[in-house]
Amino acid sequence: MVLPQITSPHISGANRTGQLMLWVILATLPALALQTYWYGYGNLINVILAALMAITMEAAIIRIRRRPVVFYLADNSALLTAVLLGLALPPFSPWWLLLIAVLSAIVFAKHLYGGLGNNPFNPAMVGYALVLIAFPVEMTRWATAGIDLSMEDSLRITFMGFSDVNGIDSWTHATPLDLVKHKGAQPIDALIASPEMGQGLKAAYWVNFAYAIGGSMLLCLRIISWHAPVAMLTSLALISSVFYWVDPQKYPSSLMHLLTGATMMGAFFIITDPVSSATSRLGKLFYGAAIGILVYVIRTFGSYPEAMAFSVLLMNLAAPFIDYYTRPRSYGHQSSWWR
Amino acid sequence: MTDIFLLQGGIHPPQHKLQSSSQPLRTLPLPSQLILPLGQHVGALATPEVAVGDLVLKGQLIASANGTISASIHAPTSGRIRAIEQRPITHPSGMSGPCIVIDTDAQERWLDITEPVDYRQRSKADLLACIHQAGITGLGGSSFPTTVKLSTEASITTLIVNAAECEPYITADDCLLRYHSAQVVDGIDIVLHLLGYPHCLIAIEDNKPEAIAALRAALQNRTDIDVVVIPTKYPSGGEKQLVQILTGQEVPHGGIPADLGILCQNVGTLGAVADAILQGYPLISRITTVTGSYVGQPGNYRVLLGTPIEHLLTATETPLDNIERLIIGGPMMGFSLQNIQAPVIKSSNCVLVPDTQELPWPDPAQDCIRCGHCEQVCPAKLLPQQLYWFAKAHEFEKARQYNLMDCIECGACAWVCPSKIPLVQYYRFAKGRSQAKLVEKYRSDHARQRFEVREQRFLQAKVDKINRRQARITTAAHQQAEKTNHSQPLSSDKLPSVNPVLQLKQLKTAVALAQTKLKKATQALSDAESMQSLSRSKLATTVAALQAGLAQAEKQFQHQQQTMGLDPEREKSLKIAAVKAQAEVRQLQRTLDDVEESGRTASTEQLATAKTLAKVARKQLDIYLQGDHKT
Ligand code: SF4
Ligand code: SF4
Repeated sequence: MVLPQITSPHISGANRTGQLMLWVILATLPALALQTYWYGYGNLINVILAALMAITMEAAIIRIRRRPVVFYLADNSALLTAVLLGLALPPFSPWWLLLIAVLSAIVFAKHLYGGLGNNPFNPAMVGYALVLIAFPVEMTRWATAGIDLSMEDSLRITFMGFSDVNGIDSWTHATPLDLVKHKGAQPIDALIASPEMGQGLKAAYWVNFAYAIGGSMLLCLRIISWHAPVAMLTSLALISSVFYWVDPQKYPSSLMHLLTGATMMGAFFIITDPVSSATSRLGKLFYGAAIGILVYVIRTFGSYPEAMAFSVLLMNLAAPFIDYYTRPRSYGHQSSWWR
Repeated sequence: MTDIFLLQGGIHPPQHKLQSSSQPLRTLPLPSQLILPLGQHVGALATPEVAVGDLVLKGQLIASANGTISASIHAPTSGRIRAIEQRPITHPSGMSGPCIVIDTDAQERWLDITEPVDYRQRSKADLLACIHQAGITGLGGSSFPTTVKLSTEASITTLIVNAAECEPYITADDCLLRYHSAQVVDGIDIVLHLLGYPHCLIAIEDNKPEAIAALRAALQNRTDIDVVVIPTKYPSGGEKQLVQILTGQEVPHGGIPADLGILCQNVGTLGAVADAILQGYPLISRITTVTGSYVGQPGNYRVLLGTPIEHLLTATETPLDNIERLIIGGPMMGFSLQNIQAPVIKSSNCVLVPDTQELPWPDPAQDCIRCGHCEQVCPAKLLPQQLYWFAKAHEFEKARQYNLMDCIECGACAWVCPSKIPLVQYYRFAKGRSQAKLVEKYRSDHARQRFEVREQRFLQAKVDKINRRQARITTAAHQQAEKTNHSQPLSSDKLPSVNPVLQLKQLKTAVALAQTKLKKATQALSDAESMQSLSRSKLATTVAALQAGLAQAEKQFQHQQQTMGLDPEREKSLKIAAVKAQAEVRQLQRTLDDVEESGRTASTEQLATAKTLAKVARKQLDIYLQGDHKT
């Protein structure tokens, strides 16, 4: 009798990549709910459409690469990318915008680099940045906070464009970050006092709060580590409070930076993407901190009010270097810092 | 109370210890045959001391240690030597190995054993010899001969007794402590005596309360021995990990705990030491955990070494037919055994016969998502995901730079990996390959050296021979020339076979040819060089020397060109030189051709040959130049 030969270890833990990804998707649900509450069905439609597109594309390209389709789809990574894109892209984005973003995320940013695990850039952010540069008009039209559009109208906007719906102007609005960017010499206090800013801020705070809740859930489940989010939020808070301290009427407070835009989404759902970020714990601290600073710098001095995608992509580039220089000291070895 | 430090990394796999630890220690019925492999330990195979057909008594030496790093083997019971032959052994490879097979006679007749004197009265060397003769090796799984460790020169300040037993399922040490804690303490005392009474720490995981209680009872508030209860976490029982948990220090890379004044011993080993020194018993049995869903009577058994695993299974009411796999050792670091005829050996602490429900077949591996979970649990603080990428890409050198060799193969990384990548398998492969490369390089270096020395001798002989012939020819030519000078002066045009212009031409072609060949050889050598990691400078020197030789040849040639054709004597010696030169250059061409060819398909050996050939070529060029110069 010859028994099979299997190498150790003969047991393994319960973690599964597909499940981890699914948990991350689940953790976005509070934010999706709140975004739907404040900005209408736009993001919901985005997410569903993007998911369908992503799964179709992923299946097709896996097929083309002659890999088992179901096995690879089961890692749920394409689904997660789609969900993040759907949440990040403006509500009521035209369907073709979604298509281009998903296509560049799944096909170009991921599979052309060799598939999951080999992509140097965060796929969702590649998709986002690409459409942001190519279609600035569509990308800076965010739904007015508190909008009330029927599902039918929402779908019509998505598939037929804004112009087919009456009274379009009242339904899209500049985001708080846009307003800050274009406020000119107006002091911040006055800006905040304005009703449109007030409403926008309220919505943004709620949504960011929802992301933070979802993110904390992931932290508790140990699906993501605290290093990158904490480092990013800390560095963003620090640098914004320095500027705020210098001129509180010109620069918005830390609170505003932390709770508007894609800050919380980025901190918990984007920069924690394991594939494209730094891997060691120390590396994650550097990586997160650098993103926090970049976000502030681009928001304040750059020409785009939303800085997450560019900051993340920039630091994706730097991740291998960070990893190289933050190798942990192996057991029994001298510290490698001065080696 | 001793402070303990946190184990870096580590995991909490399900324990499954109750299956076996809830049962009492039992003794296995005597099998009809015992199979004792000569290599149950790390080190040289033991040398058989018995012949087929011999009657042996229980405890009799049947194979003696072959040097220090080796261990003796004794008959676990009385019987007759059935065979000394290749049998399947208990090894991951599933190979066979030389074994002594004993047909047991169920008499259990002991060898006469004299009551040993009190060990405190005996010399250190005597005690060590006694332990060595008893064939004791590390029973925790390392199977390293115990005396090697105990006879350390370093001054030991701490003795760490490893009772952590961190692997799931295994409870052999736990059982030993519960039933024989006094014996273990005796063993500790002996080792403390040997080491000059250092402080002693007994490390035990907090999942073994009964064993802890038994130990404490046996120790009776002694102050020189501390029982340190450590949190249950895998792999706390790894030697390096235990050192870190108990002392906060790390065993330096490439070092051993003795470098820190620490010596680690497994409890089982200490029990065996006590038996050997106090009773005079050699190591002939051990406690083995037999567990897993398929085992009818799971529990701990005192098993004679050499007991076929098949017998162990039948005796524990394990149905042989539906066994799916069998693991020797624990589920984290154990290996799957292919043949159940293989015996229990000194290091077999556990036989695990699981069903597919408790130990499912491995899942297919998905892509690595760089989640870093593996890194967080690695007790050696390596970067498992990086090592995996390197191993996968066959970048073994890189993997070594990332301290692959410090991996203890604990499997914690593979356990947590959400993509179910068999990481340890990759590391073993990479370690094996990079080790093989080193060994190969060492071997080829060695072979090359030997070859070069031989070739050098050979060459020297040849050179001498040529020199002698040269000398003879020159003298003969001189005599001839003198003779002819005296009788009848020769003019150049009367020498039909010596056409200086033609000679010059031939020499010119020869030099040109040699030049091209040399160029090719240089190219070939540099090709070969880049293929192999041989000493670059050495080869470069050879090529440079060849080039220098050639330059000299050219100079000589020009010199000849200027001075030739006038002096008849000179012409004559030139003729000799030319013939010689042509022959040498032909040979040079041949050898350089070889160099070129072997450079293309360069294996290390071929490269060595090529190098030597290049050397021969250079020598020949020298000879040619020398001969030429002499004229
Ligand atoms: S745990 Fe597995 S998937 Fe995660 S980084 Fe390590 S090897 Fe890759
Ligand atoms: S098997 Fe090696 S790399 Fe993996 S956790 Fe253990 S020591 Fe680290």
